[in-house]
Amino acid sequence: MPLACNPAIDERCRAGESESAQWVRRLQGDGPGQADAVRQLHAELLRVARSELRRRSPRTRIAGSELDDLAHQAAADAIVVITRKLDQFRYESRFTTWAYRFVILEVSNKLGRHFWRAPGISIDQEQWDRLPAAFGLDPQRQAEWQELIEALRAAIEETLTPHQRRLFVAIVLNGVPLDAMVAESGSNRNAIYKALFDARRKLRRALVAGGHMDAKPERAS
Amino acid sequence: MSMKFTALAQFLATDPRDVGCEVAMEMLHVYAELFVAGDDPETRFPGIAAHLNACGPCGDDFAGLVAALSDPAS
Repeated sequence: MPLACNPAIDERCRAGESESAQWVRRLQGDGPGQADAVRQLHAELLRVARSELRRRSPRTRIAGSELDDLAHQAAADAIVVITRKLDQFRYESRFTTWAYRFVILEVSNKLGRHFWRAPGISIDQEQWDRLPAAFGLDPQRQAEWQELIEALRAAIEETLTPHQRRLFVAIVLNGVPLDAMVAESGSNRNAIYKALFDARRKLRRALVAGGHMDAKPERAS
Repeated sequence: MSMKFTALAQFLATDPRDVGCEVAMEMLHVYAELFVAGDDPETRFPGIAAHLNACGPCGDDFAGLVAALSDPAS
């Protein structure tokens, strides 16, 4: 298994490994020592959850007691998952890094569900006139992109499955976050991403076949 | 395609190395520690790098984990 550092040659790595072993030993124990470890870890997770929610707040517009409530929910759920999965920790990173990952993912889950609390959110509304703006196309230069957008629109109709089309409409046209679609559909992020990934490939191939796009390698960077 | 259509081209571009959300999230803690240490995780895990560049939510989780690791309180 890959390691983020090499304890054989790196002193800081050895210290991290020792600290991680202490966390695992304390959390796997019983009695007051285990309860102390859970309390200490919960405090760490709560601090990270609050910080992460604050980092995202310019986009989510969540603040104050609402933010704090979500942070508490994320930390509480994360600690349940972490204690349940403790035997899956492989010392590939510091224990705290592994644990922080869970609370960050819980923050994303909570925000995905929280998105639907706002009233009047449209998910299936097909306002195709939004398509150019979704890709930053300048209305003043419509003559330059009109043909491309019409071809894209036709490709959406002809090549996407109903599921892919619904995701495209929700995420691209209506600006619904992917994690909110995960919460809405009861699916998971990987399945939604894969469906959209396949949709993007289909659309690109259709545009290339129609001569609307260069057939260069499919690599984003 | 003209540079005028960059946003659309970027949206439609897919990287065959992209490992998807599940694999990327499974290794996110290792990737993030390598990143914070300046150990070039992009070379070691190109499929994860491709995914984090393309997937907004996973990229955001990565940024959040890096921010947590970079916090002096951590």
